[in-house]
Amino acid sequence: MSLDPITLSVIQASLQQVCDEMDLSFSRAAFSPVIAEANDRSDGIYAAADGSLIAQGTEGLPVFVGTMQYSTAELIRLIAEGNAAPPDPNDIYIVNDPYLGGTHLMDVRFVRPYYRNGKLWCWLSNTGHWPDTGGSVPGGFSASATAVEQEGLRLPPVKLFKKGELDREIYAIICSNIRVADQRIGDVKAQAAALQVGSERLDLLLDRYGDATVQTAIGELRARASRQMRQLISRMPDGQWSSEAFIDSDGVIDEPLVIKLQVKKICDRLIFDFAGSSPPCRGPMNSVLATTQSSVYLAMRHIFPEMPISAGAFEPLEIVRPEGTFLDAQYPRPVSGCAAEVSQRIAEAIFAALVEALPDRVTAAPAGTSGNFALGGYDAERERDFVMYQLSGGGYGGNSNSDGLSNGCSTIGISKAPPVEIMEQAFPVIYNHYALHEGSAGAGKMRGGFGLDYELELRNGEARASFVMDHGRFGPQGALGGNDGDVNKVVVLRDGASYVPKHLSKEQDIELTPGDRVRVRTPGGGGYGDPLQRSVKAVLDDVRLGRYSLGQVRDLYGVVLVEDKMLLSVDESGTARLRRIMKRNQ
Amino acid sequence: MKKNDAEFLGDLIGVDVGGTFTDLVKLNQTTGRVQLAKVASTLQNQAFGVMQALKDAQTNLCDVALVVHGTTTTTNAVLERKLSRTGLITTAGFRDILELGRRTRPQAYGMKGFFLPIIPRDLRLEVDERMDYAGRILTPLNEMAVRTAGKKLLDVGVESIVVHFLNSYANPEHERRAADILAEFWPNEYITTGHSLLSESREFERGVTAAVNASVQPILKRYIARLDEELVAGGYAGELLVMNGNGGTVSAKRVVREAAKTVMSGPASGVIAAAYTGRAAGRPNLITYDMGGTSTDVALIRDGDPSVSNELELEYAMPIHVPMVDVRTIGAGGGSIAKVNDAGLLEVGPQSAGADPGPICYGRGGIEPTISDANLLLGRLDVSKLKSVSGAVDLPEIRSIFQEKLGNPLNTDAENAAAAILQIATTRMAGATRMVSVSLGEDPRDFSLFAFGGAGPMHASALARELGIPEVLIPARPGITNALGCIVADLKHDFVRTVNRPLNLIDIDDVIAIAKTQRDEGIGLIRQEPVSIEEIKVTHWLDMQFVGQTHILQVPLPADQINREAIQLAFDEAYFARFRISLSEIRAQVVNVKTTVSGRRPDISLTELIDASGRASNLEAAQTGTRLVWFNGGWHETRIFDREALPLNAKITGPAVLEQMDTMVLIEPGDHACSDKDGNILITLGDAL
Repeated sequence: MSLDPITLSVIQASLQQVCDEMDLSFSRAAFSPVIAEANDRSDGIYAAADGSLIAQGTEGLPVFVGTMQYSTAELIRLIAEGNAAPPDPNDIYIVNDPYLGGTHLMDVRFVRPYYRNGKLWCWLSNTGHWPDTGGSVPGGFSASATAVEQEGLRLPPVKLFKKGELDREIYAIICSNIRVADQRIGDVKAQAAALQVGSERLDLLLDRYGDATVQTAIGELRARASRQMRQLISRMPDGQWSSEAFIDSDGVIDEPLVIKLQVKKICDRLIFDFAGSSPPCRGPMNSVLATTQSSVYLAMRHIFPEMPISAGAFEPLEIVRPEGTFLDAQYPRPVSGCAAEVSQRIAEAIFAALVEALPDRVTAAPAGTSGNFALGGYDAERERDFVMYQLSGGGYGGNSNSDGLSNGCSTIGISKAPPVEIMEQAFPVIYNHYALHEGSAGAGKMRGGFGLDYELELRNGEARASFVMDHGRFGPQGALGGNDGDVNKVVVLRDGASYVPKHLSKEQDIELTPGDRVRVRTPGGGGYGDPLQRSVKAVLDDVRLGRYSLGQVRDLYGVVLVEDKMLLSVDESGTARLRRIMKRNQ
Repeated sequence: MKKNDAEFLGDLIGVDVGGTFTDLVKLNQTTGRVQLAKVASTLQNQAFGVMQALKDAQTNLCDVALVVHGTTTTTNAVLERKLSRTGLITTAGFRDILELGRRTRPQAYGMKGFFLPIIPRDLRLEVDERMDYAGRILTPLNEMAVRTAGKKLLDVGVESIVVHFLNSYANPEHERRAADILAEFWPNEYITTGHSLLSESREFERGVTAAVNASVQPILKRYIARLDEELVAGGYAGELLVMNGNGGTVSAKRVVREAAKTVMSGPASGVIAAAYTGRAAGRPNLITYDMGGTSTDVALIRDGDPSVSNELELEYAMPIHVPMVDVRTIGAGGGSIAKVNDAGLLEVGPQSAGADPGPICYGRGGIEPTISDANLLLGRLDVSKLKSVSGAVDLPEIRSIFQEKLGNPLNTDAENAAAAILQIATTRMAGATRMVSVSLGEDPRDFSLFAFGGAGPMHASALARELGIPEVLIPARPGITNALGCIVADLKHDFVRTVNRPLNLIDIDDVIAIAKTQRDEGIGLIRQEPVSIEEIKVTHWLDMQFVGQTHILQVPLPADQINREAIQLAFDEAYFARFRISLSEIRAQVVNVKTTVSGRRPDISLTELIDASGRASNLEAAQTGTRLVWFNGGWHETRIFDREALPLNAKITGPAVLEQMDTMVLIEPGDHACSDKDGNILITLGDAL
């Protein structure tokens, strides 16, 4: 049977709709703000036989592009080997094992078999970021774990719902091992309900178009997605490109980790080779293979937003398995930094490698850190324990068209930051400022965006601060002659003395007492193109608005400004002279 | 002294300025006679278009009792950032809040984005002061600094000013004091405090709302003054009411103070007209579907009331957090471009030909196939009518473009490609409409589809079929729905006050006191308006959530029995209805107390929207001819009717086309259409899914 392209388009849109409604249902009903507001979740449909991705919701968190096809494939393998119970209708498996096609432990997957006429037809799966899955640090982002056991509860695929009924015993074990367990039922119900929505919508779709037609369409759509990706690749110039990206340290041993990447274009395929990257590390900055692969896909989708999310589109993107490196970590390597930090650095390596081949599509490096800051302790005014998280954005890289966005969200997320007023309502802190990180943008013809500069103070009780961030040693890379963005700076002010964490933006359990302060200045984005080519007017505007100082633009852009009675003007000849000299010295 | 419309049964005029057209409805309250006008909008000064429309409708302004006006003056000012020079005075350490936003990017994929804050950084000044979350003063207000900052801003030419302090929702004392200080020397009335438009936590949203307000105030003021001048010069002695985004109206004198509320008023008035028309037609549950040339909007109406949200964004990072009719844009409209992508599949949108160059058939240089062109090619639109407008482009030319760009790569002919465009557009629009209804916890099958806008009535049946909606309602005048909304809208004021306490700890007397204050203020405002009111309606709401959640749910609060148990019960029911989940394990929290006070204006009759004297005696007499129209894979001989000549209770089985001034209604084969006393067309789908 062959299908006309119009029916195919309609079925494609309908499959997409099933996933979008799962996404919507999940985040609308979810209890945790991280899912409900930050949309840290994803839903999709996966092939019965091998778990390959059929369709995934467009509102899913970018870092989950493609990941669930690996966890579903692992489940299928374990069932075949007799190491997981075979499925029954209305079962839901729960799994968060990073080494079984996962990310970090907090990303909890539900997998539900979908049956048609008594036969397994496909799998529905979703991932939700739970606020806590146990382990040494509330929230799970450890800065210095050395084994996965310290990071939290690890679940192999087990049936949390058996024929539609919640298994109270398994659920009790989970609840005994995680923090704020009483609220978790809200997320579990929402996560399961989303799969139910998917199942009902899929019933209608198959009833309408016929099982055989949809099955044929899925195969055909996969082939066409592959063709579409190949077309995009074949329009790139031929060549091979290499890049490096660095992680400050693993949080335990204070040495940089390097990602070495070589991208080769062969006809209509791209081959990504990470050979030569650092070996697995002791601290939690390892990545598991599934996350490494998803990071490649998400970076490519940032470059080609028109690329469909389908197993077919991934086919021409060949990733050489980075065996023996920290990008292919094995049990029991700690991995809590993989989805939030390492994934972003992999994306930056890809941007740096491809910006020369695709200068209009690719940007200089964005801030590239999730800016994880956790504060936990006792709130003496409200008489209760508390755990607060502050995630923060940074500057984006400049691009061929415009300067980078200031205070954008992480490369892998699409979430809103919590308002200062909401944080002060809920926790014993007060913010002293929340401002633009002046001077942080990487200089370029198109400069990077500016990072964020905030400081908060503990008002009462006691607390411990933990940081899992990055780009404290190496700023986000500039591109095509642009400068790097400014680095991430964390300073703790205790009893009037300032303290910089040994790993710069990573440390666990720093004790704070009332009046102590934490100041974070997040990275600016990398600059794009030669700063000496930046328009003098744009430079003048930046100084007028207080984003850069007079001295900075002189050094970075070769622009000489004079200030007279609060009025700024350009010293044209001075600027021309200085730019000539700087050009010669480049 | 102005004449009060209560004592003067003169003409009632609704006039709405849209992006392309200015529409007007004039109702003679004595005879019931309706006159309409549609003229090109004059965007530089919208008053010209308004005056032209009045003239076209043969208006004698001395005979007019009331003019109700919907304007996009403030919307355009914000979107184009043609704003008055506005300054900000804010808490030390926080001047960048308006620029930093909430840390997002415009699209999920593509690490690019651009954002221009509404007040530039050099006009955002800081002063020492600080409240904590409970409204306790941590740092007293430096009054000298307020004075200095205000003078400095005046010196650099600032016209309007915003005072926006952290946690002012908990205690507005510092904002009030700062505003008083500024008022001593500020040369005009344009001083906006953050807490005054909405007393809700979240500093970015509250700040942007206040900044938008201040920066459009002088623009709205000048516009209203110009319009008023023109009206008075024409002999008008009545009041001018202006539409707000909440679907209510407010007098021109008062509208400037809360100018931000007009920013999203355009789409709201159409929904208000839909609700009014639906109630009169016995259809209180509607999904409104407004498809024009450049955008397609949907909204939900349940039990005659449009869904309202106070979390809408005008564009990326431009939240305007005041209660507004929840209208969502789901697509690009008739100008959506179709193309065959690299996968060999047909895509419709998201690119749009917009209004310029527009579809190929506009003859303004458009060369990409669009939805409108597909309609033309398939005989749904009348070629002869279109030709008189554009002239340059003929059907064979459009057909050859379709053949080359779509037919050839899809291995089909131009007509089938055009039909595919409509099919895919319908699938996409249905999906997006479902997302809107599902997000509000509603099943679209429980609603009727109310179609308006230039293109809505042409696509409505196909969309309804796809959504499983059994019935389509097309109002008498789909092209002037917004203007109609102006004359049927009530006077309306909304109040929001943040409480943020768990239900078991809240002082119920506090809630009652807040609700009462809000009610009294609203009633006071409405009583001051010099227009006649049938009754005043007060509705109280609570925004609630479970402790630990961030999303909120609006729960109605009955005025007579405010107690903890009733609130808990109402919340549980609303939560289950929306999410199908009950969480009896977790405590509930009251976030905001909200009150809506509306003054219902006298009902108006819709029966004269289509002139009864033009009705033919029978169906045959209303038929103007036949033409070939493409349905379900082939050409069908299709009867064409003059809609305005249809007899009362006419019954038509599709295929048929009903033509009127600015739109046409498509009745697909097997569907049954019926006209009612108000001139509505009700289409019952023949094979509703």
